[in-house]
Amino acid sequence: MAAISREILKRRGILRSPVMATIGARSMASWFGHVEPAAKDPILGVTEAFLADPSPDKVNVGVGAYRDDNGKPVVLECVREAERRIAGNLNMEYLPMGGSIKMIEESLKLAYGEDSDLIKEKRIAAVQALSGTGACRLFADFQKRFLPDTQIYIPIPTWANHHNIWRDACVPQRTFRYYHPETRGLDFASMMDDIKNAPNGSFFLLHACAHNPTGVDPSEEQWREISYQFKVKNHFPFFDMAYQGFASGDPNRDAKAIQIFLEDGHLIGCAQSYAKNMGLYGQRVGCLSILCEDELQAVAVKSQLQQLARPMYSNPPIHGALVVSIILGDPELKSLWLKEVKGMADRIIGMRKALREKLEKLGSPLSWEHITNQIGMFCYSGMTPEQVDRLTDEFHIYMTRNGRISMAGVTTGNVGYLANAIHEVTKAS
Amino acid sequence: MVGSRRLLIKNGVVVVYVVLSVLRWRSHRILRCFDRMASALASVALSAPFARGVPLPENPMVQRIGAGKIHDNRLFKGKAFRRVSMAVSVNVSRFDGVTMAPPDPILGVSEAFRADTSDLKLNLGVGAYRTEELQPYVLNVVEKAEKLMLERGENKEYLPIEGLAAFNKVTAELLFGADNPVIQEGRVATIQGLSGTGSLRLAAAFIQRYFSDAKALISSPTWGNHKNIFNDARVPWSEYRYYDPRTVGLDFDGMVADIKAAPDGSFVLLHGCAHNPTGIDPTPDQWEKIADVIQEKNHIPFFDVAYQGFASGSLDADAYSVRLFVRRGFELLVAQSYSKNLGLYAERIGAINVVCSSPDAGTRVKSQLKRLARPMYSNPPVHGARIVANVVGDPNLFNEWKQEMELMAGRIKNVRQRLYENLSQKDESGKDWSFVLKQIGMFSYTGLNKVQSEHMMDKWHIYMTKDGRISLAGLSLSKCEYLADAIIDSFHNLFTAALLVSKLVRPSKVNV
Repeated sequence: MAAISREILKRRGILRSPVMATIGARSMASWFGHVEPAAKDPILGVTEAFLADPSPDKVNVGVGAYRDDNGKPVVLECVREAERRIAGNLNMEYLPMGGSIKMIEESLKLAYGEDSDLIKEKRIAAVQALSGTGACRLFADFQKRFLPDTQIYIPIPTWANHHNIWRDACVPQRTFRYYHPETRGLDFASMMDDIKNAPNGSFFLLHACAHNPTGVDPSEEQWREISYQFKVKNHFPFFDMAYQGFASGDPNRDAKAIQIFLEDGHLIGCAQSYAKNMGLYGQRVGCLSILCEDELQAVAVKSQLQQLARPMYSNPPIHGALVVSIILGDPELKSLWLKEVKGMADRIIGMRKALREKLEKLGSPLSWEHITNQIGMFCYSGMTPEQVDRLTDEFHIYMTRNGRISMAGVTTGNVGYLANAIHEVTKAS
Repeated sequence: MVGSRRLLIKNGVVVVYVVLSVLRWRSHRILRCFDRMASALASVALSAPFARGVPLPENPMVQRIGAGKIHDNRLFKGKAFRRVSMAVSVNVSRFDGVTMAPPDPILGVSEAFRADTSDLKLNLGVGAYRTEELQPYVLNVVEKAEKLMLERGENKEYLPIEGLAAFNKVTAELLFGADNPVIQEGRVATIQGLSGTGSLRLAAAFIQRYFSDAKALISSPTWGNHKNIFNDARVPWSEYRYYDPRTVGLDFDGMVADIKAAPDGSFVLLHGCAHNPTGIDPTPDQWEKIADVIQEKNHIPFFDVAYQGFASGSLDADAYSVRLFVRRGFELLVAQSYSKNLGLYAERIGAINVVCSSPDAGTRVKSQLKRLARPMYSNPPVHGARIVANVVGDPNLFNEWKQEMELMAGRIKNVRQRLYENLSQKDESGKDWSFVLKQIGMFSYTGLNKVQSEHMMDKWHIYMTKDGRISLAGLSLSKCEYLADAIIDSFHNLFTAALLVSKLVRPSKVNV
């Protein structure tokens, strides 16, 4: 066995580690004594707890993955068809470092417009990324490397992993006000204040549509004002667009905010994900794009994005990218996709109506307007963590403790039960 | 007078700028065109005396305007309009300082190959397996597994952060052996990673976070991306001697000495088998001695296993070095990749395994690896993981895979043999070419230097990396003779004056 000097053990903090005390017959000290158990991921931990619950009544409105009206995961028809076509594909060679060119082209058309001049002029540096997370992380790393003095302004609240991403990329974070708890809507005045008070040239993270976790989006007019103020302040808008098509059912409409900013001449960055709108969650397909001044700059920026990706995963996974390219590249499959995405969005809109009506019928003293005002997969119910805990403990309903309900998990079968439970825990307030 | 003419010009420029700005306000379509003109003129106007105090953009007459700094352009503040930009300064990109990244030395070779129109061309650059007909190869077991998956119609839900449980189980068993005590005792933390690169990166990030004083020791030479990975993870590294150009073999004494000289508690990056790029592996005896010095220095072994099964043809035999270190009781890290041995290059499937002294340590380490993965990509891609789980988890498919593995490794061994024979027969100098046979795996370090490697491309249309590495996976039996001729020529004939002169005059094709 290794004769480990006490000096080294001391330096490594291992002598202080409880592990040393518990070591058995093998009597080998561990290098990892100082490694503490990480806290459970707040979102993914919910599903773990749900799966462990034996109750037949249990409802999972935690993680944002779409379910059909039977509460089952869905693989879109257009995806199945695309996969059938891929099955004959005899080539799994490495993609170029930037990923599938076809997938990138189609993604840019979705985000920037089918006939966008910006695409024709090749001004957009774009790479395939590991879904929305990977796109944000690449951008954060790029920001750190090429604009080391910048920071990122993140809305309150936001998807929890945004904080992890920019933190691990070592980019300092600031916040801007966004959600108004009293109205359960947008705190537009405060948001504009924070935008104005930020130093010129700040970087802002904006949710393009279907804000996660609140479901609260600015109106078109409000977006125009935000864009204008961004111009005045020379801020950099970085859009996280994880729900294009999923919010209203119409991808063009959902990209409206981006369109407004582009019309106003902003040079934007954009993270796109196909996890929700194509149901490709586990395939990890997305796209990071950065609008540059000209083609030359776009080529340089793209090369640097690839340079960041190389020591992270070399080149991105092919399967999901093939699915996306095939669907978006084939007019028939694309129409099928548009229909299916609208179907998903419509079901959610329907569930929002149903949940609100049931709560109102139960005679709830509170206002539940926000359920139908909010948009996308999530509803910020306004419930407290204690109320959420009661929902879990007493009713076996699983959601994140910030009161976020994943509407995708609500079905005609459980909406009544859900409404009753929410009414029970909130009627006292 | 010069002065007044200058003033006239500058005033004229400002007038033109204002006119353009007004026109710009009127029309979005010609916005961009005028943007450029306006910006260019603005830069000139800014240099006018009455604009003193406003910072001058750098490179005013170059197409890319500005230098990534945000100016407070007082000159342009005017009436505030609802939309666009009469009131506000011209779009200056923050990314003007972003220069073009250098081409990747390995992937750049394939690009140059594609551009070559010669019939004789041969691509011995990137390490992707080719059949004797020099076609890419999708393994039969993979096709079968994918068919099964399609029929089952499995969903595409998110995997947990640590990846597919079935995959994690089989990958650890494949590496350590299912009956290995570390597996039986639950002491291995396994996380699905994005092939070898992603798994290495997770490990490097873990080292940076929990062993921030430690450095990594990497072989000289090693796979180019190792350095990038440690650099981007901010783990300092240094090299240990490995390749001996005199013997075209292992510099064992140098290796041991350098590992010994490194500070205690360093992470020693070792290639489990089929060293990339040299193809030179330590013997079992040498592995024992390497383990001795690592033990003595309290280093932590960190294996990169990208070719299990591909080196000798036997999955178990290729895991020898890893299992040796495990047997000797080390805590260690192992990155795995299924890119080559299952041909799943583009699916990005691999794993990082951390062998710990206790199950509790394993649990904690696993939780922290997850915490590093979440802000990188949230959870790993499912497709490749399912393929591996199906192939390795099904006894029939697993056996079939072992046979295909033997065929692939066998083809490479045959090609090595033929190349060796051709070299020995055709080279009259009596040089010892047996290193071709002694080396193992997909790659061979030919001993050719940069100039000679370039000559291979320029004269013989044979594409390889500048360090003299050839990928035997891209060589067919029928091309061995041609390759032998080229190597002999490049090796011996590159010292004549004429060739030296021509090298000076003519630039090489591939810019690396």
